[in-house]
Amino acid sequence: MTAGGATPPAVQLCGITKRFGAVVANDGVDLVVERGEVHALLGENGAGKTTLMRILYGLTRPDAGQIVIDGRPVAIHSPKDAIAAGIGMVTQHFALVKPMTVAENVILGATGGVRVKLDAAARKVAEAAERFGIRADPYARVADLSVGEQQRVEILKALYRNCRVLILDEPTAVLVPQEVEALFAALRRLRDDGIAIVFISHKLYEVREISTRVTVLRRGAVVGTRRIADADDRELASLMVGRPTLAVRRTESGSAGEVVLRVDGLSVGSRGGLEALRNVSFAVRRGEILGVAGVSGNGQTELVDVLCGMLRPAAGRIEVDGVDVTGSSPAEVVAAGVGRIPEDRHAAVVSDLTVAQNLALEHLDGFRRALQLDDRRLRRHAEELISRFTIKAGPDDAARTLSGGNLQKLVLARVLSREPKVIVVSQPTRGLDVAATEYVHGELLAQRERGAGVLLVSEDLDELLALADRLVVLYEGRIVGEMPAAEADPERLGLLMAGLAEGVAA
Amino acid sequence: MSFLSDVIAATFRNATPLVYGTVGETYCERAGILNLGIEGTMYAGAFYGFLVAETTGSLLLGLVAAIAVGVGAGALMGVLTVSFGTNQHVAGLGTTLFLIGAAEFVNRLQYRGSQEQATIDPFGTIDVFGIEALSQYALTYVAFLVVVPLAWWVLMRTTLGLNIRAVGENPEAADAAGVSVARTRYLALIIGGALMGLGGAFFTLAALGSFTLGIIAGRGWVCIALVIFGRWRIGRGVLGALLFAGVYALQLRLRLLPALSDVPFELLLALPYVVVIVALAVSGRNVSYPGAYLKPYRRA
Amino acid sequence: MIGVRLEARAAPARWFDLAVAPIAIAVTFVLTMGFVLAAGASPLEAYDTFIVEPLTSRYTGLEVLVAATPLLFTGAAVAIAFRAGYWNIGAEGQLLVGAIAAAWAGTVVEDLPRVLAIATMAGLGALGGAVWALGPALMRVYLGVDEVVTTLLLNPVALLIVTGLLNGPWRNPETHFPESERISANAEFPQILSDSRVHLGFVLALAIIVAAWFVLARTATGLRLRAIGLSPEGARFAGIGVERLLLQAALVSGAIAGVAGASEVAGISYQLTDGISSGFGYTGIVVATLGGLTMPGVVIAALFLGDLVVGADSAGFELGVPSQLADIVKGVLLLVLIALLVFRHYRVSLRRAQGRGRS
Repeated sequence: MTAGGATPPAVQLCGITKRFGAVVANDGVDLVVERGEVHALLGENGAGKTTLMRILYGLTRPDAGQIVIDGRPVAIHSPKDAIAAGIGMVTQHFALVKPMTVAENVILGATGGVRVKLDAAARKVAEAAERFGIRADPYARVADLSVGEQQRVEILKALYRNCRVLILDEPTAVLVPQEVEALFAALRRLRDDGIAIVFISHKLYEVREISTRVTVLRRGAVVGTRRIADADDRELASLMVGRPTLAVRRTESGSAGEVVLRVDGLSVGSRGGLEALRNVSFAVRRGEILGVAGVSGNGQTELVDVLCGMLRPAAGRIEVDGVDVTGSSPAEVVAAGVGRIPEDRHAAVVSDLTVAQNLALEHLDGFRRALQLDDRRLRRHAEELISRFTIKAGPDDAARTLSGGNLQKLVLARVLSREPKVIVVSQPTRGLDVAATEYVHGELLAQRERGAGVLLVSEDLDELLALADRLVVLYEGRIVGEMPAAEADPERLGLLMAGLAEGVAA
Repeated sequence: MSFLSDVIAATFRNATPLVYGTVGETYCERAGILNLGIEGTMYAGAFYGFLVAETTGSLLLGLVAAIAVGVGAGALMGVLTVSFGTNQHVAGLGTTLFLIGAAEFVNRLQYRGSQEQATIDPFGTIDVFGIEALSQYALTYVAFLVVVPLAWWVLMRTTLGLNIRAVGENPEAADAAGVSVARTRYLALIIGGALMGLGGAFFTLAALGSFTLGIIAGRGWVCIALVIFGRWRIGRGVLGALLFAGVYALQLRLRLLPALSDVPFELLLALPYVVVIVALAVSGRNVSYPGAYLKPYRRA
Repeated sequence: MIGVRLEARAAPARWFDLAVAPIAIAVTFVLTMGFVLAAGASPLEAYDTFIVEPLTSRYTGLEVLVAATPLLFTGAAVAIAFRAGYWNIGAEGQLLVGAIAAAWAGTVVEDLPRVLAIATMAGLGALGGAVWALGPALMRVYLGVDEVVTTLLLNPVALLIVTGLLNGPWRNPETHFPESERISANAEFPQILSDSRVHLGFVLALAIIVAAWFVLARTATGLRLRAIGLSPEGARFAGIGVERLLLQAALVSGAIAGVAGASEVAGISYQLTDGISSGFGYTGIVVATLGGLTMPGVVIAALFLGDLVVGADSAGFELGVPSQLADIVKGVLLLVLIALLVFRHYRVSLRRAQGRGRS
């Protein structure tokens, strides 16, 4: 298992196994990471990559297995142990304390004494900036930083503790293509300095660009380790999925119908005071899917919240099939014929209520009999939808017991069973496995066939390119580009998402 | 002039237990825990401080007892809210119910059958240059000149304070950085409890020299409001305490004015509470609570 | 080295809901034994006096119902509010204001027919409680101010109003005691049984509880209310009018607590005194939690605590154990209960430290 040569590998994971109830997240995983290499952990959502790294960083304890650092077995029971062993981790959802400054965040847990010496931290931050090109203002409040800058603070935290192993969990998920380049440049410098980097991703093209070697995980087990130079994309992709990937793609339909959702001059103040949406206008027609591209944090959440009735716009007009629904409540929006599939599916349901109750929650009054709720009708309604949408759950199961995919199906069922005129859907396949993703894509296309107007907001360019008839790009609250699918490609979209090109004011 | 210096002196005096309580509660809430046990902790501090002082004859031992009880109460809240992760509202109220019930139980056991009210010789005031406004108990001086600046310094300039703030804002981040969330929260609760016990002891060991049922009269709850009013900052919380104490001192003296002699004094007594509620309405709208407020932390 | 951790269960333990109350009670008794011993009594004797004795005679058994009456009201009031996610800690104050309103009403209804007079007592009690609950509710819904603090602070204010009235304008002109004028005879809640103090309030409380159960468990409004308490975001998203329902829940909660006050005035003391409530509002929180926030649970918990209250009085003079033991038991029971409730969703796991594993 060990490579030949004098220096032991930076990290060796031997036989790591972890179960969560009945689910096996990691199944006897062996992994070797050498010093001075970028080792990618490739796999689709749910393959066990994050769990494995959380074990290495001490956030979770394995049921079996051993961790060996620099040739010596170590016991890692908490992040403190991991840090002491020279391991640092940048998680997907940053572990930063927003109201505090960069320096305070960097020294948290590593102050070395009773007093907090912010100047010492500031100096080290400047040093790291020099050495690795990772720039950050030590006295800035983290809450005021951009997402890319926040990620840099996370890396600085690890460097401050002299990490020799750096784990990055899907670091590019929140970055624009240009920021990804900057990150990769920094990672190369760290690699050349001898640091062992573990890079978790589900994006093949990134893995190919930055890594030295790649290990593919599928359903919790290692299915192969390759040097990147020796592996080709098709082999890696099929290792990831276990079968040839079927991509659901839209077919060119006939011309779309009349406008069913019109948004005019929409402006929204965000919860922090800055304007989240500025003078946004677009229209969605019957039988078409309009895709909204953009890196998260550019107004997508506010746009969807307004259309769902959860947020009041400061200015502008929204019309559904000619009916003004500007500033309407969620109930009124639903009554106007809008189906809403939000990005946080857990916030769209009440986890402790049953599947049947959640399926009926948007229109309970239709289930009344005299003063009471008609339990039988509620149940029959649920059984119908469970069967029609292949939800793997019973009507009386608590919604919290459903898997991500089934929960999404529940939301879909609730929405689509009403045959809405407009469907507003955001990040629908985030965190879902391939089968569930294909199902969702199929449903959205079916709704398009039926003649609904679909507004699809997604950070996943592949998804947008596969499904949308037309695309717009949101950048800093403004629509900065609009094009039919035929004219869209990742590079052009990436530039627009970063605020560049096509006559956009910087 | 005399009326003014009278009111000022009374303000600082009345504010003393509130300062201890508010600073203590601020520590707890900054760490993410609502400690509704404050009313019971102050009550227990008042009673056990008095009990020990009365039986041993030493006021200092009484103070130590009050602090010890406060520490115990904080640890109890820690077991419930940190280790077990229970609902914090109910844990705090249950702690208050238990502490008050236990204190009254022991009070009855100890003093039943005695005809007169037990009293002790309380702390005296310290005179400074004969200025009335500065004639205060040592506990008051300690509160404003030692506890407040020290508490601020610890919270803002030491590792413990940094950890407390981090743990109350984003415990996942603190955990990932190697900070023990549980240990930090326990410490915050214990420090808070010690201060609350001390604040309660002020009533019996300094101001009154005796113990009566209902001695705290809801002032623990006032501290909860003052923490919110103070936006979880020590300085602002102390200001709120002075405001409440000032109104309280004022209404005591207003009663003596002939124009207001018909107004039942209870109504004026209620005035400070109402002022705090109004202050919350005016300045407490949609305040940003510490990020992890009320949420128990469990590493997944 | 063995480490103890709490691990999430996949599904709630099935034995749990039935076993938790008895286990909580047993643990509480063990924990409070120290106090009993300190008072110089034997624990078994004490618990026998506190719990079993009141149920052994007809007189004391009925007294248990009398003691449980205000707790049925406040327990239901608190449970409804907590179910909606509205932390109404002000039941004590709402009860007192209801008592004030009823005490006033009782002196002005002498010319009304009996039924109307009684209805007025209850109705004004409800109104008083609702009015006292209105301020914090509005502040929560429109200003986002935490209701825990505001409802809590209004409790001492309500008590001050009571003592202010009793020491001032409402002081009894004949006896000069701090007690209000006696309510007129037609406003009294009649006694249900001729030989005991059990009065109409007990029946009224049960009726309210049945109605509350029906609304919560079987109507659309009840489901919406429960949804808000479980997930305000999810409820709002589904189109439920969260603000309106919260306000309604808060006012209903206050109203029921107010009726508790009216019931004590109209059924027990026939006047307002400053001892009208011995912490019924706070005990209501214990009742609601012990009852798992369900109406049937509230009934059982209220009866249990009423039993404790009656037992405490006799323990006082029979065994020399101060009656405050009941308060201690209430507090400890509440704490033990919520600690045990954690095990519904979590279990204890002992792990040996990681070291050797298979390789």
